[in-house]
Amino acid sequence: MLELKNVSFGVEEGDGEKEIIRDISFEIPTNEMIVITGPNGGGKSTLAKLIAGIEKPSEGRIYFNGEDITDMSVTERAQKGIGFAFQQPVRFKGIQVLDLIRLASGNRRLPTAQACEYLSAVGLCARDYIGREVNASLSGGELKRIEIATVLAKGSTLSIFDEPEAGIDLWSFQNLIKVFENMRAHIENSSIMIISHQERILNIADEILVLRDGLLVRQGKREEVLPELLGTSSAVAACRMSGIADGLEG
Amino acid sequence: MIQLDEIQKRLLMEVADLHSVPEGAFNIRSDGASIGRESTENIEITPRPTGDGLTIRIKPGTKRESVHIPVVMTKTGLTEVVYNDFYVGDGAEVVIVAGCGIDNCGPKDSQHDGIHRFFVGKGAKVRYVEKHYGSGDGTGKRILNPVTEVTMDENSYVEMEMVQIKGVDDTLRTTNADLAAGAKLVVRERLMTHGNQNAVSTYVVNLNGEGSSADVVSRSVARDDSFQKFDAKIVGNAACSGHTECDSIIMDNGRILAVPGLEANSVDAALVHEAAIGKIAGEQIIKLMTLGLTEQEAEEQIINGFLR
Repeated sequence: MLELKNVSFGVEEGDGEKEIIRDISFEIPTNEMIVITGPNGGGKSTLAKLIAGIEKPSEGRIYFNGEDITDMSVTERAQKGIGFAFQQPVRFKGIQVLDLIRLASGNRRLPTAQACEYLSAVGLCARDYIGREVNASLSGGELKRIEIATVLAKGSTLSIFDEPEAGIDLWSFQNLIKVFENMRAHIENSSIMIISHQERILNIADEILVLRDGLLVRQGKREEVLPELLGTSSAVAACRMSGIADGLEG
Repeated sequence: MIQLDEIQKRLLMEVADLHSVPEGAFNIRSDGASIGRESTENIEITPRPTGDGLTIRIKPGTKRESVHIPVVMTKTGLTEVVYNDFYVGDGAEVVIVAGCGIDNCGPKDSQHDGIHRFFVGKGAKVRYVEKHYGSGDGTGKRILNPVTEVTMDENSYVEMEMVQIKGVDDTLRTTNADLAAGAKLVVRERLMTHGNQNAVSTYVVNLNGEGSSADVVSRSVARDDSFQKFDAKIVGNAACSGHTECDSIIMDNGRILAVPGLEANSVDAALVHEAAIGKIAGEQIIKLMTLGLTEQEAEEQIINGFLR
């Protein structure tokens, strides 16, 4: 599905360059849900943006379904089947929730009833939200769920979610877990990549990747990696060693 | 039976959403003369003796009726000043659709200055829609300088929707309102300028009566080398509430001057103004690109929504 080969990314800082992503290689197989975790500032969001095309790697290549997409624009990658849910979704004055879902679905005439299904899937009462403007009148949590609904409506072969739990209250989070569990259950011929600190999301992953200081420090099946991150005292110690525990506790 | 040519039909559709002759009371003015007029039992339209406008009288208590008075200009070099007076009786509830479309294919300027005066009776409700549109590839300018004066009696309500999206080269819009006790005025202005267009919009709303209120909101987009000025002043002379907002997007070399003004002459006047000008946020474009839109399509969607 997706393959990163020796991808690096740096930004200008002061006199030199600061490396945010350092020589990362991994693969996301079809029909798998992978969760990327690790401490804040470790490069997780940057990695997601590199895959969506919002940032361009300084070195390395990115392949999607065997095709080199490294030099493709955000639009081209979206059209090829990559979906992206932002950690901090943007607001649009005047654009309604229905408009956004229609744009996402690629069908400007998508029936309202069908658009409502995506809102219901993220635990929003569709009737109350479908005609709302995606503006400052929406709370952070509402906006976040609408963002996820747009990615569901897009129906991508690879859907990327950057910290879907951020800014969502605990009650809404329970609903959200169900959304991802449901996506995992109906993953046919697609893949999901989630950036998360949440145990319940890590719990439904097929594979877990741990990113710290721009380096991929751990990668493996959930059954192997998760116990290292959680649960036993030795696991906590292991996390401390790889600097993960802070992120997980925060 | 009124015969309309294709240009007239197109302009009427743009400014009044009319596909044919409207129902209810109407007057259609084309190139300086009325080409059709109809009064109803409750709404009387009479031409001014001087031939330069109309007097529209709406009987008290008239409900759910409409008045259409669109103006179209298809000749180059035509300049006119038209005076229309509306007398809306107490308790009437009506929709008034005005608007002007100019198609100028010639070398000379075409100009329509519509002076509209509204006298709104006690408890009456008016929804007023005014759309301005220009087309034609001549070098002559398309100029519209509307003046709107609204005098609102106690507990009346007026909602004004003013739209100018395309093709008007030069516009100076002046809107003045005086509100008695309990009256409420809502203005929604949407404006887009492009090319070398120039648009100035000036409002003075006097809240004279206790409990009167006004909400004046402008959303605008200035593209290419165009210039806009939004100058809205709300004057609170009693215990009243007023809000004015100018929200603008600039693109290319567009320029916008926003001058929100508040004047409180009563200690119980509560007045608020807001103004924001900026380019389209980069994240908005990127979000729509992640949905598969090109950068240009994303911009169009953002502007369309903003000016909705």
